[in-house]
Amino acid sequence: MTEKKGEKTSGNGWEPRIVAFLCNWCSYAGADLAGVSRIQYPPNVRVIRVPCSGRINPLFVVKALQTGADGVLVSGCHPGDCHYISGNLYARRKFALLKSLLEYVGIEPERVQFSWVSAAEGVRFAEILGKVIEAVRAVGPASKMVKELEEVT
Amino acid sequence: MSQVEEALKKEVAKLFEEETIDLFVGHEPAGVPLKTSACFLSSADEAKRLVWNASCATNLAAYLPQLFKRPGGVKGEWIAPRVGVVAKGCDSRSIVGLIKEKQIPRDRLFVIGVGCEGMIDRHKAAGALGTMGLAEAKIDGSSLQVIGTDGTQKRVELAEVLADSCRECQHRSAVLFDVALSETSVQAPETSRYADVAEFESKSLDERWEFLVSEFSRCIRCYACREACPNCYCQECFADETAPKWLGVTTDLPDVFVFHLGRALHQAGRCVDCGACVAACPQGIDLRLLNQKINKDVEELFGVQSSLSLEEAEALLSFRMEDDQSFMTEP
Repeated sequence: MTEKKGEKTSGNGWEPRIVAFLCNWCSYAGADLAGVSRIQYPPNVRVIRVPCSGRINPLFVVKALQTGADGVLVSGCHPGDCHYISGNLYARRKFALLKSLLEYVGIEPERVQFSWVSAAEGVRFAEILGKVIEAVRAVGPASKMVKELEEVT
Repeated sequence: MSQVEEALKKEVAKLFEEETIDLFVGHEPAGVPLKTSACFLSSADEAKRLVWNASCATNLAAYLPQLFKRPGGVKGEWIAPRVGVVAKGCDSRSIVGLIKEKQIPRDRLFVIGVGCEGMIDRHKAAGALGTMGLAEAKIDGSSLQVIGTDGTQKRVELAEVLADSCRECQHRSAVLFDVALSETSVQAPETSRYADVAEFESKSLDERWEFLVSEFSRCIRCYACREACPNCYCQECFADETAPKWLGVTTDLPDVFVFHLGRALHQAGRCVDCGACVAACPQGIDLRLLNQKINKDVEELFGVQSSLSLEEAEALLSFRMEDDQSFMTEP
């Protein structure tokens, strides 16, 4: 994330920064539907499109938290609706362990959330996103895992 | 010399004489008190080097994948010697895991199963002497005599210096073997094997974070935990990858956390709680705390313990339609 530090330290003007991993077939289309239906949702989200929720390596989420995301939303097709039949069902097991592990090590559970959103659920996508943002706003800026050292490439 | 050790030497010599195996992997004294190292034998008369006692904590399964080659990839033929190995409960579970993950061929392997009474945690044993160095240690029945560098002697009960993973162990005898030399006389503990995790879970969010910060701030990123682990056979570890670069090569806390979270997540549904990582850590970090948490979740959510049999599917390679999703936002 390039807009790193300034945004973080701007005191009362702080806005949560959310990374959303959305599956191509359902959730991304759901977010798109929200857009074309002109449903307003907060601009705090940076969407990353993935082919399937099964593509999401739990390390993506950990890495997002490390590089300055205040919250992460992961979303895919409802169980039974996966474009690849069962990608989301394998993913669900990984997500359950990840969510539990992050809370166990002391990361606020509000920061990492998972939800199913179908391509027809534009309104629901906007609602869930709003709730995630409010939950993250309530726990404040992320600090625990955030890397302050400059990344050398 | 214990009966089991004697039987082991005889069995290994016999296997070489009958030409059942080309190579044997076992434990030999490491020249340091309460420590053994892996040894690789190739003839019957070398069998006398072997030892079997409460300091054989090394998980020998970690040495197996590198002994077998398969030039054609996963579907190719093995180029493999016939390897014998001595395995206590946890080693044998690691072997089961490696066979299931197609890293070692079952039919080239001869497993000698032994019952295990628990392995000594060297740090705990040395701790009985305070800050003084450990010069010598003698195992004597159910007690351990430790002798410090200045000659002080102390006697401790073996049960008090057992490794944490051995204290909570439920599978002491090999789950997969070609010949079993002994059964363990020790019963599985009555208390839950996740007592340590449950206690940690009962702390507050910030207490947990503070504790892990104090643990992981000691980490020097030496990767001894990874090297000792039978599950860590990847040709390129995520910690070494440069594209994508998952974490910087620093001991900065966020990097250390990404490493340890990544390590724990990669063990999900695979860790057998052998304690090899804890024993290998030069900084005495409680690595088990993360691994056992995942083991506990896997068992509670998916109803399996990793690598108990060749037939059962690994937790993360399977699913059920009715898997728990109460953790999700508006499921």
